[in-house]
Amino acid sequence: MSFTSYLFIGFLLILLTAFYLLPKRCQWPLLLVGSYVFYYFAGKYCLLYIIATTIAAYFIGRWMQWNRDREQAYLHENKGVIDKETKKTYKAKMKSRRRAMLTLGLLFCLGILAVVKYTNFTISNINVLLKAFSSEAHLSFLSIAMPLGLSFYTFQTVSYLIDVYRDKHPCEKNIAKLALFVSFFPQLIQGPISRYSDLGESLFSRKAFSLSTVERGLERVLWGYFKKLVIADRMLIAVKTLIGAPQTYTGVYVFLGMLFYALELYADFTGGIDITIGVAEMFGVKVKENFIRPYFSKSIKEYWRRWHITMGTWFTDYIFYPISVSGPFLKLSKWSRNHLGEKIGKRVPVYLATLVVWFATGIWHGASWNFIVWGLLNAVVIMISQELEPLYRKFHTRFPVDEKVPYKVFAVIRTVLLMSSLRMLDCYRDVPLTFKMFGTMFTTGNWGALTDGSLLKLGITLSDYIILGVGTLILFLVSMYGRKGSVRDRIRTKAPAALRYAVFFMLFVIILVFGAYGHGFDMSQFIYNQF
Amino acid sequence: MDELIEILQDLHPEVNFAEEEHLIDKKILDSFDIVSLVSEIAERFDVVISAEYMIPENFNSAKSLYALVERLEDEE
Repeated sequence: MSFTSYLFIGFLLILLTAFYLLPKRCQWPLLLVGSYVFYYFAGKYCLLYIIATTIAAYFIGRWMQWNRDREQAYLHENKGVIDKETKKTYKAKMKSRRRAMLTLGLLFCLGILAVVKYTNFTISNINVLLKAFSSEAHLSFLSIAMPLGLSFYTFQTVSYLIDVYRDKHPCEKNIAKLALFVSFFPQLIQGPISRYSDLGESLFSRKAFSLSTVERGLERVLWGYFKKLVIADRMLIAVKTLIGAPQTYTGVYVFLGMLFYALELYADFTGGIDITIGVAEMFGVKVKENFIRPYFSKSIKEYWRRWHITMGTWFTDYIFYPISVSGPFLKLSKWSRNHLGEKIGKRVPVYLATLVVWFATGIWHGASWNFIVWGLLNAVVIMISQELEPLYRKFHTRFPVDEKVPYKVFAVIRTVLLMSSLRMLDCYRDVPLTFKMFGTMFTTGNWGALTDGSLLKLGITLSDYIILGVGTLILFLVSMYGRKGSVRDRIRTKAPAALRYAVFFMLFVIILVFGAYGHGFDMSQFIYNQF
Repeated sequence: MDELIEILQDLHPEVNFAEEEHLIDKKILDSFDIVSLVSEIAERFDVVISAEYMIPENFNSAKSLYALVERLEDEE
């Protein structure tokens, strides 16, 4: 059930009405039923996966909590009786049991993800190797359908298990509540990847109907539909044309395709998240922001702090930190300091951990080499920028231009271009082809295509370009306005109610009139649904 | 404490670590810095800060980080 389907709008209206009409104690169970109905439309088999993941997480979480409570009770009962060494040994024994249980849980959850998402990728690589050694043998691909949102809810469940293990919060004792956390429908298929400590309370609390809460949510939903239907889906047509015929569209077309895709992806993904956050808000649930104007970032590191934030923090908290401070990495740190010198040696483990994390980030996006190369290139760029930092510091001490507007604009454009060029791997989905196409930007001098009318043959008309231009300008202005706080809140406090209603009614009309549907358009799935 | 400040100063010479109390909130320290810091602390203090302690509250100031190191030293 896509967010952009009439079915979803009908489903949302029914669920929202029932949510506020039924007794408050029925609210979160209703959300659970709604979430499972929503997911049922993605395929009956999807429900089996999510139920299996939830049951496993529930029992493992309960066991870890039981183990911790037992430990506390034992230490309390024997306070002053056992010596420090015995206490330490006992705590270590209990912790290792919890760790074993956590490992089991992670193997189960990530095992499902690995089998469903990566089996055929592994088989195809084995087949390449077999062919390279001139073997006649080859493995057949398995027919496994990947449930929508698997990567998202698996990560969410993994974070729950690790946080219970780390004693960040107690386990959830009600399996139905845990099921709702794992399956909460607005964020089920494209995130954000919420943490139990952030979402739990707001999911299960009882909510009284508030017109302003529903209105605020609706405003955010409309803004999301504007981005998706007016901009992303319109831009998609040109992007598909440019990427679909790489032999024809070289040089300046590649450059345009890169920029068009940057705009499409931004409008598509942030639009989808706007709808998610807005829908959740209508039910009184606060979902974490996933973007903070990422295209205003002045460096790659800053960009990754502002783009798909919940994924970035997930990888930092659950992969980057644990492996960086693991025994083997600390040993590597010691070894590299002794053998490579203090300066280089201390960087080795950090950079190795960075490569591991970005490899994981790449393969999380998709089981193919283009995503892996994309991830690793991100790591390389981050490491280079890390190495250049002292140089930048020196430069800015000598020439204090970093606070000047032209330099900021330069830094923003540089970051956008760099990130967009890496993202070409996502467009062409073929590593050698992507590098070849990137090269043609510098070798094919077809810049005349910008002015000779060729751009009108990419599947979109002049009026589409005008709509895209105005739409992008609106996006830019809203982003600029949003730098000093929530745009909706500022409109709410500064503008009279009549003007506010007029603004959002106009937005609604714009979506109806200029939304990319009808003849020639294909209402498409959100890009991040496939991950 | 002085040794810890020295390690921090090495990462960001421009910051007054004795006074600053929002190292994470103000994004002065990023994940790279935190990992370098933890490995440096393991080297010099012989204390391993595991991932579960790598939360903003523990790294927001030199004082809170030092308190964590002392606590872990005590536990060991």
